[in-house]
Amino acid sequence: MFEGWDAVVLARAQFAFTMSFHIIFPAFSIGLASYLAVLEALWLWTGREVFINLFNYWLKIFAVAFGMGVVSGIVMSYQFGTNWSAFSDKVGPVIGPLMAYEVLTAFFLEAGFLGVMLFGLQRVGPKLHFLATLMVAIGTLISAFWILSANSWMQTPTGHAINADGQFIAVDWLKVIFNPSFPYRLVHMVLAAYLTTALVVGAVGAYHLLRDRHLAGPRVMFSMAMWMATVVAPLQILAGDQHGLNTLEHQPVKIMAMEGHFTSHKDGAPLILFGWPNQSAGRMDYAIEVPKLGSMILKHSPDAPMAGLDTVPRENWPPVAITFWSFRIMVGMGLLMLALGAFSLLMRIQGKLYDSRLLYLFAVAMAPSGFIAVLAGWITTETGRQPFTVYGLLRTVDSASPLAAPAVASSLIAFIIVYFLVFTAGVIYLLRLMAAPPHPGEEGPRSDIPARAAGITPAAGAVAEGAAR
Amino acid sequence: MIGIDLPVIWAFIIAFAVFVYVVMDGFDLGLGILFPLFPEKRDRDVIMNSVAPVWDGNETWLVLGGGGLMAAFPLAYAILMPALYTPMIVMLLGLVFRGVAFEFRWRTTKERNKWDIAFAGGSLLATLAQGIALGAILQGIHVSGRAYAGGWWDWLTPFSILTGVALVIGYALLGATWLVMKTEGELRDRAYRLSWTLLMAMLGAIGAVSAATPFLSLQYTQRWFTFPNIVLTAPVPVAVAAVTALLLRSLANKYDYQPFFLTLALFALSYAGLGISMYPYIVPQSVTIWQAAAPENSQVFMLFGVAVLIPLILGYTAWAYWVFRGKVDPESGYH
Repeated sequence: MFEGWDAVVLARAQFAFTMSFHIIFPAFSIGLASYLAVLEALWLWTGREVFINLFNYWLKIFAVAFGMGVVSGIVMSYQFGTNWSAFSDKVGPVIGPLMAYEVLTAFFLEAGFLGVMLFGLQRVGPKLHFLATLMVAIGTLISAFWILSANSWMQTPTGHAINADGQFIAVDWLKVIFNPSFPYRLVHMVLAAYLTTALVVGAVGAYHLLRDRHLAGPRVMFSMAMWMATVVAPLQILAGDQHGLNTLEHQPVKIMAMEGHFTSHKDGAPLILFGWPNQSAGRMDYAIEVPKLGSMILKHSPDAPMAGLDTVPRENWPPVAITFWSFRIMVGMGLLMLALGAFSLLMRIQGKLYDSRLLYLFAVAMAPSGFIAVLAGWITTETGRQPFTVYGLLRTVDSASPLAAPAVASSLIAFIIVYFLVFTAGVIYLLRLMAAPPHPGEEGPRSDIPARAAGITPAAGAVAEGAAR
Repeated sequence: MIGIDLPVIWAFIIAFAVFVYVVMDGFDLGLGILFPLFPEKRDRDVIMNSVAPVWDGNETWLVLGGGGLMAAFPLAYAILMPALYTPMIVMLLGLVFRGVAFEFRWRTTKERNKWDIAFAGGSLLATLAQGIALGAILQGIHVSGRAYAGGWWDWLTPFSILTGVALVIGYALLGATWLVMKTEGELRDRAYRLSWTLLMAMLGAIGAVSAATPFLSLQYTQRWFTFPNIVLTAPVPVAVAAVTALLLRSLANKYDYQPFFLTLALFALSYAGLGISMYPYIVPQSVTIWQAAAPENSQVFMLFGVAVLIPLILGYTAWAYWVFRGKVDPESGYH
C-alpha cells in the first residue's frame, strides 16, 4: 500500500508540511511589523491616542505570530541537513552563505530588538522604542531579501560553476544573489505579505464594526486596510503577470504545467480556465478554454506559438495537477482581493465606507484569503520546479539524505502531531486576541497581563491594575 | 589569501557561535529544566520574565551555528545531520514547545499548567538531545565517501547518555546561578541551595566525561596525556580546579553576579577541552576542517559579513540586556 512512499517522498512531504506551516507566519509578520512601525510613527507624529492603542493591540498579536514563526523557522534551518544532506553538501557553498547572511543581517536584528519592542517602552522611551520597532520591521524585510534570493537561485541558477566534488560553487556572487527571477519573486512575496496582513487587519476591523460602527480603533484599521487592498491588489496582479513572463523565459516547463498545456500550439494557445490534468495520459480532460487567450497573455499576441509538455521528456515533467490547480487558487484569491479593493474604493468615494454591511461581511470573509494565496503560490512555484531542487541541474532524488524510510516517516508523524497541537493552540489564542476590540488605554502586553508588567516586573502591573480599579 | 588559513578561521567562528549559543541559551534552557522545582505560579512568572525579552536572540545563535556550518563546512553539515537525525529532530520539537510557551502561557489561565509542562519538558528534551548529539560526535561517526554510513541508532551509547545528562546538569546550574543574579528573597535563597547541589553534580559530570573521553579514541589519549602535549593541555584541568574554588567561595559568600559568570567560565574551560580533543577534525576521526571546507570564495564572501556584523550584533545584544538589567523583584518592582 505504501509502495512509492520511499524516503525521498517522505522527506518531500515533511518539507512541504513544515514549510506550509512556517510560511504563514513570516507572511503575516512581515506585513504586521511594517504596519506596527507605521502605527507608532503616526502616534509619534500626530500624538493621537488611537494609534498607540492600535499599536499595542496588534503588538500582542504580532508577539504570538512571531513566536510561532521563529520556532517553525528553526526547524526549517536544520531540515536541510537532516533530510536533504546531499543537497546541503552540493549546494551549501552557494546558498549556505545566503542563508548565513539572512541570520547575520536579519534574524539577529529582529530578535535583538524584539524584546525592547515588546517590553521596553517604559524603559527606553518612545523614540528609542520606535527605533526598535523599525529595526524589527526592517529585519523582516531583509530576511525576505535573502531567503528569496536563495530560493530564486534554486529556480533560476546563475553565477555558479561545479567543482570536482560535484559541489556548486559561486563564480560571481552578484549574479547568484540577483539571479534572473529574484527581483520578481521578492516584489511578489513582499506585496503578498502586505496584502495578507491588510486583509487580516481589515477583517478584524470589519468584524468589530459590524457590532458597533462607531468604534474609533476598528474604523482606523479598516480604512487603512482597505486603502492597502485598493492600491496593492492591482499592483500585485501586475507584479504577478511580470513574474509569469519571467518564468516563461527561464522556467518554461513550469509555465506549461501552470497553464495545463500538455500539447503544443503552433498558431495560438488557448487559456485553459479549468480542467482535469491527466498526467499519465498526457492530456487535459474536461477542459474549459478560451481560444488564443493563452498566447495573448503570455506572448501578447494571439497567434504566437506555444510549446507544450509534449516537447519535454516525461521524466522532467512536474506534477501538473498540483501546479495547475494551486495556480488557479492563487489567481482566484487575487481577483477577489482586487474586487474587495475596488468595492471599498467605490464606497469611500461615495462617503459610505462605514455604512455598508455587505462590505464588512466581504472583508471578514476575506480574512484567510492572503494566507491561502501565499500557500497556493508557494506550492505552484515549488511544485513547478520539480523534479529538480536546483532547476535543470540537480534532481530531487539526488538531493536527499541517506536515510531509511522509517526514520523519515516517524519524524514526519512527530512533526504532524506536534505542529497540530502547538499551532492549533496558537491560532486559538490569536483569534481570541482578535475577537476583543481594541479599547482606549490599550496597554499592549502589560496591563491586561499583570505578570509581564513594566517589561519584566510583575509587581508594577499588579499595582497599575490596582490603581486602575 | 596567502598565509591565511581560512578553514581554521571558520572553525573558530563556528566554534564561537556554538559557544555563544551554549552560554546564552544554556541558562534559559536551564530555567526550563528547573521549572518543576518551582511549582508556584508567582515564582514561575518571575523566572520566565527574567528571560522573556532576550530568549529569542539567544536562540538565534543556534541558527547561526547550523547555518554557518552548512555554509562554511557543507560536507560536515551533510554528514553530521543525518548521523544525529533523531537527537536533532527531538531537539527541534523540544524547542518548538518551549519557544511558544513563552507567549502562550500568558494568554490562558485554564491551560497554563500545560504550557508550563511544555516549557519544562521542551527545555529538558532539547538539552538532553544537544548533550547526546555532542557525545555522539565525540565518539566518532561512520563515513563513507561524502555521506554518513552508520545506522539509525548509532548516536545512542552509554557515553552519549552520559554527555546528555552532563549537559542537563550544566544548563540547570547556569539557570540556577542566573536566578541568583536576577531574583531576590526566598526565590534567590532556593536558587542558592540548588546551585550548591548542581555544582557538585556538575563537577562529578565533568570528571566522568573527562575520564571516559580518552577511552573513545587513541587520538584523545595522545592529545591529553603524552609529552609534549601535556604541557599545553595541563593548564585546562588546573584552571577548572581554580574556577571551582572561586565558585565555591562566591556561593558561600552569597554573591549576586559571580556564581553565574564563574559557571560560564567552567563551561568555557570544558568547551576548550572539547576543542583540544577534536581539533583538527570536524567529524571526529573522519573529516578534517580542510576536507569539509567550502570553496575559498564562499568562505571569503561570508568572512566580510562576519567581521562587520558579529561585533554589531554583540553590541545591540548587549544593549538589549542592559535595558533589562537588574533584579526581577515581585516585592519592590520598578514603579
